Amino acid sequence: MLRFVLTRLSQMLVSLLVITFIVFSLSHLTGSPIDSLLPDDATPQQIASLTEHLGLDRPYYVQYLTFLQNAAVGDFGDSTKWKGSTAAEVVLERLPATLQLGGLAVLISVVAAIPMGVMSAVRRGSIFDRMAGVVALLGQSLPAFWLGIVLMWIFAVILGWFPTSGYGGLTYMILPAVGMAWFQIAALTRLTRSAMLEVLDTEYVKLARIKGVNERQVIWKHAFRNAAIVPITYFGVLAGSLLTGSVVMETVFAWPGTGLLAIDAIRGRDFPVVQSVVLFFAVFYLLANFLVDVLYAIIDPRIRYG
Amino acid sequence: MARKLKFLEHLPFLPIAVLMIVLIVPAFFADMIAPHDPYKAYLRNRMEPPLFFGGTTEFILGTDRLGRDILSRIMHGARYALIISLAGIVLGAIVGTLLGLIAGYMRGHIEALIMRVVDITFALPSILLALALASVSGPSFELVIFVVIFVIWGFFARQVRAETLILRELDFVARARVAGASDFRILYRYILPNIVNTIVVLATLQIGVVIVLEATLSFLGIGIPRPVPAWGLLVADGRQLIVSSWWISFFPGMAILLTVLSVNMLGDSMRDWLDPKLRRV
Repeated sequence: MLRFVLTRLSQMLVSLLVITFIVFSLSHLTGSPIDSLLPDDATPQQIASLTEHLGLDRPYYVQYLTFLQNAAVGDFGDSTKWKGSTAAEVVLERLPATLQLGGLAVLISVVAAIPMGVMSAVRRGSIFDRMAGVVALLGQSLPAFWLGIVLMWIFAVILGWFPTSGYGGLTYMILPAVGMAWFQIAALTRLTRSAMLEVLDTEYVKLARIKGVNERQVIWKHAFRNAAIVPITYFGVLAGSLLTGSVVMETVFAWPGTGLLAIDAIRGRDFPVVQSVVLFFAVFYLLANFLVDVLYAIIDPRIRYG
Repeated sequence: MARKLKFLEHLPFLPIAVLMIVLIVPAFFADMIAPHDPYKAYLRNRMEPPLFFGGTTEFILGTDRLGRDILSRIMHGARYALIISLAGIVLGAIVGTLLGLIAGYMRGHIEALIMRVVDITFALPSILLALALASVSGPSFELVIFVVIFVIWGFFARQVRAETLILRELDFVARARVAGASDFRILYRYILPNIVNTIVVLATLQIGVVIVLEATLSFLGIGIPRPVPAWGLLVADGRQLIVSSWWISFFPGMAILLTVLSVNMLGDSMRDWLDPKLRRV
């Protein structure tokens, strides 16, 4: 088990190094920061002293290592758009809003998708099953940003049940969270359904039924507990689509989280903030996947030797 | 003649009809069939509602905030959806296929390296790359195509490698080698023709993903630059006006939805016809 954890941990670190290297290299593609920091009539001495001060005269790999060192303690420099704060502060300030929305979205998708997947497997071929199939197909084809706008139009503008956009309590969160959850629901329902179909076909489930265990217990206690392993592995992928979802839905609903922050920062050419959001998202995503892998290995020992 | 009809049997009618109407015909003939200039602002007809919702036949799907005809803009936008998705997929397929062939045929360290890179690209959400790139270059066509290639090449590399691994061990490849064929000739004449079906099916299955990706990036302002009437940008135009003028966002989004739905259905039937084993992928 320890070996498995260490392998995954090292793979995660390699991915993280690749991302930091990409982000670091991009920051150098923008051109020398000297040009934007000094006025046009700066003397060669001023340019030379600032270059030395920022360490731009040092070898590329040394600069990269310095960048890593600073990144490790969350230092990405000062925000150029939100004056007076560091980039990391700006990101941390927006983080709770994103976590609230993401948390609600995960909750909605699990609560909706698991029963739906189980029921369509149990009543395979029924109208319910076919409707779940349509939801899954639509989930693949609907553009998320448009779904968000249509939800806003129907439920906020026409029906007036929820506010159209902005930051606030639960009523403000429902529409964007449902928008984010939609795609998770589509994928999670399909996965749960196929996993359940497989398990329902096994000998021990048949035996439980022959023994006269009531159907409810067979489904939830005998079958679902074993089928649940498959959806759990999906949570790693889910973390990735949550990131995309938060950028899209926060933009649609003007929800002041880190996703909207990233878009605002790009529009305002605030590179330190974009950098910190990207690296923050990357760490979150890799960590989520690492935890899922470990959890999976704990639940299903076969994985450790796979 | 009979053979040609047999070929048609495999193509589902409805998705193809929808694709022709929404995507392909407008993409080629927008200049001729669009009722208005997509950039022309009819300032007296701003935010005119669509036909049957209080509008006129002049602007069937209504107009936007500047009085531009939505139908004409959607038709011209089809061109960008088609060009970007085709360019991105063709380039992604070429990169992926080449590296997949090399990995599967050469084996050894090269294979390990290529497949490790595939793993890493799969491990990175595309939105991160798009955000990082956009912050440097601003929205641009090159950026969208680059992100598309990054997202899809791994699928091709993985599948092509797996099939090359099997094909290279078969007798006809061994005979070609005995006959003195070079590595390049073996890959090009003997292995590639056997995986073309797979590549075509994978490409078709990816079109929907790519169109949504392009539209999403454009919507967020990190994709195709304005003032091009790309579908994602058209939806973004109506986002602030949803309370008063729903049609500005609604119809361009419908165009995306119909296109992607049809492409996905087409992809499924192409797969069942040309390469049923991909069902598991």
